Amino acid sequence: MLLKNATVRRKIVITLAYAAVVALLACAPMFLSDFRLNLLGKFLAYGVVALGLDLIWGYTGILSLGHGIFFGIGAYCMAMYLKLEATGAGRLPDFMQWSGVTSLPWFWEPFRFFGVALLLSVLLPMLLALLLGFFTFRNRIRGVYFTILTQALVLIVVTLMIGQQAYTGGTNGITGFRHVLGFSLASPSVKNGLYYISAAALVGSFLLCRRLVRGPFGKVLQAVRDGQNRLRFLGYDPAKYQMFVFTVSAGLAGLAGVLFVLQVGIISPSMMDIVPSIEMVLWVAIGGRGSLIGAAAGALLINASKSGLSETYPDFWTFLLGGLFIVVVVFLPKGLFGLLARLGARMKGGLGDAMAGGRGRAVVGEDHR
Amino acid sequence: MKRKRTKRFGILALGAGLLLLAGCGANNSANNGASPSASGGSSQPASSSAASGSPSASGDGIKVGILHSLSGTMAISEVSVRDAELMAIDEINAAGGVLGKQIVPVVEDGASDWPTFAEKARKLLTDDKVATVFGGWTSASRKAMLPVFEELNGLLWYPVQYEGMEKSPNIFYTGATTNQQIVPAVDWLLENKGKKFYLLGSDYVFPRTANMIIKAQLKAKGGELAGEEYTPLGHTDFSTIISKIQAAKPDVVFNTLNGDSNVAFFKQLKDAGITSDKLTTMSVSVAEEEARGIGADVLAGHLTAWNYFQSIDSPENKKFVDAYKAKYGADRVTDDPIEAGYTAVYLWKAAVEKAGSTDVDKVKEAAKGLEFDAPEGKVKIDGDNQHLYKVARIGEAQPDGQFKELWNSGDAVKPDPYLETYDWAAGLSGGNG
Repeated sequence: MLLKNATVRRKIVITLAYAAVVALLACAPMFLSDFRLNLLGKFLAYGVVALGLDLIWGYTGILSLGHGIFFGIGAYCMAMYLKLEATGAGRLPDFMQWSGVTSLPWFWEPFRFFGVALLLSVLLPMLLALLLGFFTFRNRIRGVYFTILTQALVLIVVTLMIGQQAYTGGTNGITGFRHVLGFSLASPSVKNGLYYISAAALVGSFLLCRRLVRGPFGKVLQAVRDGQNRLRFLGYDPAKYQMFVFTVSAGLAGLAGVLFVLQVGIISPSMMDIVPSIEMVLWVAIGGRGSLIGAAAGALLINASKSGLSETYPDFWTFLLGGLFIVVVVFLPKGLFGLLARLGARMKGGLGDAMAGGRGRAVVGEDHR
Repeated sequence: MKRKRTKRFGILALGAGLLLLAGCGANNSANNGASPSASGGSSQPASSSAASGSPSASGDGIKVGILHSLSGTMAISEVSVRDAELMAIDEINAAGGVLGKQIVPVVEDGASDWPTFAEKARKLLTDDKVATVFGGWTSASRKAMLPVFEELNGLLWYPVQYEGMEKSPNIFYTGATTNQQIVPAVDWLLENKGKKFYLLGSDYVFPRTANMIIKAQLKAKGGELAGEEYTPLGHTDFSTIISKIQAAKPDVVFNTLNGDSNVAFFKQLKDAGITSDKLTTMSVSVAEEEARGIGADVLAGHLTAWNYFQSIDSPENKKFVDAYKAKYGADRVTDDPIEAGYTAVYLWKAAVEKAGSTDVDKVKEAAKGLEFDAPEGKVKIDGDNQHLYKVARIGEAQPDGQFKELWNSGDAVKPDPYLETYDWAAGLSGGNG
């Protein structure tokens, strides 16, 4: 009886906590300035990437250091549309003019249409991920070898993007946007709208990921992580699951890229290079690997700290942020959310444990080591 | 047991510390207008935690933004420009400020990352409501900030020579455009050093655009292209390229490499036994500051094109160099972008005083045709494209790390970012942006 009470209470607490987060996101425009709201919107986009990364790394055990590419491809697809929209019909984007290109390259043509651009910005990363997954997972390439391949992918794509300045904008990237679907990107109401879309995308991605990691499918994913051979003996094909989940994760990164470019107004190869790709993994590591809320919160928290610290201490913020990373990695192997869950477990049936969901048990179990 | 407890304590303490840190950040990113007093930063008066919501010209001071990379690969170059801008602000403040008010610099870090430049520019304009911003170095950072300044009708002073093909109504360009640096340098080389050019550059927009212009110029003036090579930014192995250069036997290597690559290139050139009397190189991104990194003895004899050298003999320059060394150390050097950053602050001050206001449109109107006795000589703002009239100069590196001026254009050259007054450049600009 007591147990049931606790379960009910926990459920109520969880629901309340979710409601509070959603309400907070919904009300943010009321107490944040345009600039801060825009920043928050960008962080929410990062949160979507973090969810996708947690899905493959935290739950399935695939470490990708190449998600910057999927994010970047998504962003570039949308940026190409926005650039053509800003340039106007019959004219060439500015960087093509100064690079000596005389007519619009064929692969730019489809990006005249918003719908096509949006679709491609999610589908292209998924396709690339599927290809990479097809050639690696089926050949049982995993662990550090897979991770190295993702890094190689980053190097290849970034070098290509920088080298083809006439078609991609080179290191400058693509910027100078004005309108999306006829709405001015500068107007506050469009900015508000984009913020809400980002918030909705994050919530939607969260629900999607949660659905994937719960139930039998999620169990298989975790089995891929913890005992691939055993899973194979049971008649499952881990490669299919890996390919699927990696593709979904890439799609989420592409979606995040779209939201990013709409709100930030620039995409450049430096945003998809090795360092940002590793940073994305750091968000998940610090927020709490294997906890969806933790991963998303990690992305928000790290980026808010980054912005805040660099504004307050422009000369040495990098040391503070670096220190934070070291502290978390050394002392909190399960990230900030692991700490919360631990504290929650101490308080018996408290909020933290409940919110950590499936991982809560593992954390409690660890105490008996 | 005891150990476990200590560990627990440690974790709790850490957690509290992290929350504090994060709170500090979150506080900053969350509070505007509401509670300016609550921000956690206290170390620097210049930082952004100053009261929000106040208009730039009210109360005790006028806020201006300083936005350079203080971290990342570009920090090594941009920090000294920031220093020069802060020095100009200090000098102006000591002399009574602008419109009777002190200038309050708000320093931000662009972190060598273009979207960060855009973010910080937006923050300076909307949160801090600065009257103007001095900042940027790479073309990419300028391109990233441009839409923000145009959208919010801000004012940016950009202090570095660049590839031209741009005139934003919200940017003043205090460095050279191509017709004040590259074009005269190529003309001078064709006349004095030979017709056969080898183009070597880092792989990004400035070298590619510069080389496109040089190729058109060579074609029109009877020059010859011996080769064209790009290396990724930060590339340090030039052995292959040096043997290609040896095989091509050019009269001139026109060098648009940027950053660390220059150190490697010149050292390896020297190691290969190619000294400046055997091969002429002309660099457009190697100034006094870079000469320190390359090594003055390695660079000695090589050529460079700028609008300013520390060695310029004028009372304005002596005052500037002495003040810079007195403030930041005798081992520091001044160079072209440092001087252009310093000049930008004084030009803005002059425009504000002429306009009697810090309002962007009034300042822009007042800036038209404005003149200033800068360390490089008299500069004038072109009212149409908001670039500066500048004297083009060619210098030769000396064993002491300074440059000896070999040639200058005499009169200040009218800025022409789209090369509209050059017949051979007709096909390049494609149309105005």
